[in-house]
This record gives sequence, C-alpha cells and structure tokens, in this order.
Amino acid sequence: MSKFSGVDYFNIDGLLSEEEILIRETVRDFVESEIIPIIEEYARKGEFPMHLVGKMAELGLFGANLPSEYGGSDMNNVAYGLVMQELERGDSGIRSFVSVQSALVMYPIFTFGSKEQKRYWLPRLAKGEKIGCFGLTEPDYGSNPGGMVTKAEKTEGGYILNGAKMWITNGTIADVAVVWAKLDGRVKGFLVEKGMKGFTAPEMKGKHSLRASVTSELVFDNVFVPESNLLPNSDGLKSPLMCLNQARYGIAWGVVGSMMACYHSSLTYAQSRVQFGKPIAGFQMTQQKLVYMVTEITKSQLMNLQLGRLKDSGQLRFQQVSMAKRNNCDIALDIARVAREIHGANGILDEYPVMRHAANLESVKTYEGTHEMHTLIVGEDITGLPAFN
Amino acid sequence: MNIAVCVSHVPDTTTKIRIAADKQNIEQQGVSYILNPYDEFAIEEALKLKEKNGGEVVVISAGGETSKETIRKALAMGADRGVLLKTNGFVDSISLAKALAEEIKSNGSEIVLMGKQSIDYDNSITAQAAAEILGYGCVTVCVDLKIDGTKVIAEREIEGGREVVETSLPVVISAQKGLNNPRYPAIKGIMEAKRKPIAEKDAALGKVHTVLSELKLPSAKNPGRIIGTDSSAVPELVRLLREEAKVI
Ligand SMILES: Cc1cc2nc3c(=O)[nH]c(=O)nc-3n(C[C@H](O)[C@H](O)[C@H](O)COP(=O)(O)OP(=O)(O)OC[C@H]3O[C@@H](n4cnc5c(N)ncnc54)[C@H](O)[C@@H]3O)c2cc1C
Repeated sequence: MSKFSGVDYFNIDGLLSEEEILIRETVRDFVESEIIPIIEEYARKGEFPMHLVGKMAELGLFGANLPSEYGGSDMNNVAYGLVMQELERGDSGIRSFVSVQSALVMYPIFTFGSKEQKRYWLPRLAKGEKIGCFGLTEPDYGSNPGGMVTKAEKTEGGYILNGAKMWITNGTIADVAVVWAKLDGRVKGFLVEKGMKGFTAPEMKGKHSLRASVTSELVFDNVFVPESNLLPNSDGLKSPLMCLNQARYGIAWGVVGSMMACYHSSLTYAQSRVQFGKPIAGFQMTQQKLVYMVTEITKSQLMNLQLGRLKDSGQLRFQQVSMAKRNNCDIALDIARVAREIHGANGILDEYPVMRHAANLESVKTYEGTHEMHTLIVGEDITGLPAFN
Repeated sequence: MNIAVCVSHVPDTTTKIRIAADKQNIEQQGVSYILNPYDEFAIEEALKLKEKNGGEVVVISAGGETSKETIRKALAMGADRGVLLKTNGFVDSISLAKALAEEIKSNGSEIVLMGKQSIDYDNSITAQAAAEILGYGCVTVCVDLKIDGTKVIAEREIEGGREVVETSLPVVISAQKGLNNPRYPAIKGIMEAKRKPIAEKDAALGKVHTVLSELKLPSAKNPGRIIGTDSSAVPELVRLLREEAKVI
C-alpha cells in the first residue's frame, strides 16, 4: 500500500501550529514503523505488545499534557488529540493503553491525589516503569456506574475493600489500579497496588474486539488499602466522570485515526482493483463510498479541532465531548464497514487493517459511555429533560 | 566540543513531482517536505557525540523560510540552536558549500556532520566541497565513527565492503544509512524546540558556478508486456530477460 501521508481535504493543517504538526508527524512515523508492521500478529495472538511501552514512554506519550514537573510535557489538548488520532490509526488497543495510562490513571492522580501520590506515581507512570488501570465498571453496573456495589469500609490505618470490577483495560498488567468504591455511600477513588493481599486481576479471554489490549476483572476480597492510598480530593461520582471526560475527548480524536486507516486502505485498493476492465474506483457507487468517507473524516476533524481549542481555552462543556465521542465512533464504525465492502472478500483478511478496525470500534463505541448514553447526555442538554430512567 | 550539522529540507520521497510552468521549480501544491533522511543520521551522531563529550550542536540549513520546519525538527531531536542561511530558488552545490563553510568557520565548529547527499538534487558533493573550502579533513559515506581526543577513526561503505580510515579534527563527515538509528523527537523535545533560537542571515553564496536551465521529468517507462499466463511462457520469458532486458 502507498505510504500514508494524512487526510487533509480542507487544509486543516493550516489551522495547526508548527509544533502540533511536528508532534503528529512524529507519532505518525512511530506508528508506521513500530505498530503497523506488528499489530496484526499481536491481535491474532490476543496479546498486548508490551515492548512498545518503553518506546512510547521515550517518545513522551504518557501524560504528555501534564506539567513537566511530574514527567509531562505541558502539551496542549489539540496536540494530545492528534497523538490519539495517530495511535488509533495503528490500533484502537494501543490508543486505549495510552488513554488509560494518561487520562484515566495519571489524570486522576494529578487531579485528586496527594502531593506524595503525585510525586511517587506520576514520573514512574510517565516513564512507563509502572502501568495503571481504571476500575469503574462492574458486572452489574455499566451505563449506570452510580449503582456500584464495590465498597470501602474504614478500618484502623486505612480501608477494607470488597467487590469486583469488570472490563478493565490493562487490569492484569497494571501495577496500580485507580478503583472507585463507595465509602459510606459516597464514591471515592483508591490506589490499589498489585500484590496487595486479597486483590486479583484475572484476564478476560475470548474477545473478538480490541484483541491487542488486555481486558480484566478486578476482584477485591477484604483488601486492606492504607490511608495514604485514598485519593484525598476525589469526591462523589463526579470524580470518575471527570476522568471519563478526558478519555472521551481522546476517543473522539482517536477514532478519526481508524477512519483514516480504513479510508486510505479503501482508496488505494479501489484504485488498483480492476473489475469489468477498469479500477473499481472508477465506478460511481465506489466513488460515492469514498466521498462519503472523506467528507465524514473532514467533518470529524473540524469538530475535533474546535473541541480542542475550546478545551485549551477552558470553555469546553462535557456535553460537547459527548456529541463528538458519539458522532465520531458511530461514523468510524460505519466507515469501517463500508471499507470492508470496497475491499470485497479481501476486506475480511488481516492483510488489510479494515476488519481489525471494524471489530475494535465495536468496543470503542461502547466503552467510555455507550452511543445511547451520549445521546441522552446531549438530549438532556438541549431539552432540559433527563431521559436516563 | 562544537559540532555543526548541515541539514536540508527536501520533498518527501513519496511525493509525486510535477514541474511548474517556469521549468525552474516543482509545483508546490500537495508536496510535503521532510528533513533529508541522510541528515537524520548526521543529527543523531552529533547528539551522541554531545551526550558523550558535552558541547553544543548547531544546525545549519540553507534554504527558504520553510526550511525552518526542518531546523525545528533537528532542535526537537535535541540540537541546541539553529541557523537559517536564506537563499532564493536554485543554488549550485559549490556556492552552497561556500555559504555553509562561512557559517561553520564563524562558529568555530570542529566537527561537521551532514548527510552523504540530499535526496532532492542528489549531487553528493556538499560535504567534500565544504571540507576543501574549510581546509578540514573529510570522510564520506560514513557508517561508523569514533572520535577520541582529536583522533577520528571512521568506517566508510565501499563497493562490496568497508574501509576503515583515520584522520584528525577538524573534520567533515558525511553520513550513510547504518551509522546509527536516529531517535524520534520526543514530545518534550518538540515543546522545548520552540524556545530554542533560530538565527537568520543571508547565505554568503559568492560567485555563481552553475545555473539551472530547465527541470525535466524522466521519459515515461515502456508499458509492461504479458508474455503468457502459464508455464509455456517460461522459455520466451527467459529469452527476453536475457536478450532484451539483459538482466540474467
Ligand atoms: C474492551 C473494553 C474495555 C473497557 N475498559 C474499561 C475500563 O478500563 N474501565 C472501566 O471502568 N470500564 C471499561 N469498560 C466498560 C465499559 O465502559 C462498559 O462496557 C460500558 O460503560 C457499557 O456498560 P455495559 O457493558 O455494562 O452495558 P449496559 O450498561 O448493560 O448497556 C447495554 C445496552 O443498553 C443500553 N442502555 C443502558 N441504559 C440505557 C438507557 N437508560 N437508555 C437507553 N439505553 C440504555 C446501552 O446503551 C447498551 O446499548 C470497557 C469495555 C470494553 C468492551
């Protein structure tokens, strides 16, 4: 396939700074040489490519938007979004790893943690020496996390945790889990460390989606968590929702990378696949599909860029993030399916990235708030009427 | 140790080149530019030398305003400061070497690194010419470099093997693929790069040696031919490969 050099039908690069472009190009090169050549094999094996952790840390991808004092790079949110986009052009599972580490582990420690917690964990997480995970979802509470039953009870010098989490990205490979549990009926965040007595994190097997990412259960059986591992500034369901808002922002950008991968593969394929004596790109119906893809990519790019500028200027509302996450995941999945059609039978092979993206996007559309939940969030915002229950 | 790296801003290798109406330039629309790939090895080597021995790495590029993007990339990889020698349009390699040598001299750089060629004009001459003008030693197509005090031991790639040569500082080295594995600019480096200075001056090109008359595209390739679709075509294919294409 011809080398990927981005999709920019509306000269959106003209709206980016030199530094934002350089960050994107760097991650694009990294993805091209380190992720794309190996990812199908890892997806087939159902393994996360652990060797990438050090390399991604060296690039500075973990918590890059945090202050340099804690191992970040003070990167702005548009650049952060572009990083997510490029990573997900490689694979949603790799982007998920970085999202979790940065937005769901480093961000809450930075925002709700004590000085000691920040000083200990953030530089280690930034360097990839430690891996984190985020435990909110439970077997019986997905879209409705407020109903969670995992609970913490105060005891001498700390807390006793009981309960279980499910669908936790990086769970089995994590050194630290940011766990949300109810303390006297109020949601609080705890740092549960690998090896704490009574804490196990078995991997969930049999996924048809996000196969190059580790997904786990977290089980807490009378786990003693010292006082110093409570995130002191977390308070109520709002705290994990703030984290999710960071991660959703990254997903809105990330899935544009999947769209680009599917579009690029489709365009190249359609230009070279000959049927009835001409390339299939020369048929009107194929052109309609390709035009649909590039138009939707352009719309999502513009939506993301404004989302990022709003976030950088402190004006972003979470409902706007919901709209972008909802729209972009939905379109990305649709584009992947149309891409599969353009590739004909070849579309089902792992020689092309299409089916892997299509399968991955089923998870991405569901996690961090399902399509329906984001519909209800925007719905409530514009009508003033909540329709959750 | 004062190290200079000369870099050029070249069209991406995957770019489809179209020649502009004036036949002096290529069409700029849709062309993306990159740091000349061989120069990446030069930058990496300079950074490794600096990490080992201390000192400063200055990046020099002759070109237009947009060459600053390439200087910025080198700064993001870890170079300390940049110099843009402003030129306008085509510059012959000897004049270019002269301008670079002038800047290198004023910096007092004792180690000068650059790619063995830039992939746009492919002259492969700038390093040698600059060394001659400066009166420095010169090692081209370098794949291994050791500098110990003022002693320089370098390996060059030659046809079918390698050649080990020895020289001393000051020296100009032209880098070949294999010299090292260039690092990616880390995000932190990119963020810091915008605070590093890039000085701008007019390139001291001096006398013009060669002028560009016209750019042309290579003549179109002959279309492919299908000899046959099964094993009966093999003898004819072998005959053509031997007698016509002369490749076997
Ligand atoms: C690969 C993967 C990785 C994940 N990683 C993490 C992680 O790291 N950490 C974490 O905490 N969680 C993680 N999750 C969990 C994810 O966030 C949840 O799956 C998601 O929130 C949905 O919950 P659920 O699966 O229980 O679905 P449910 O909530 O049971 O929903 C099922 C269906 O019902 C719909 N529905 C529910 N309520 C309503 C309503 N009121 N109105 C209309 N429709 C409704 C939903 O939209 C959905 O279509 C991950 C999930 C996957 C698949």
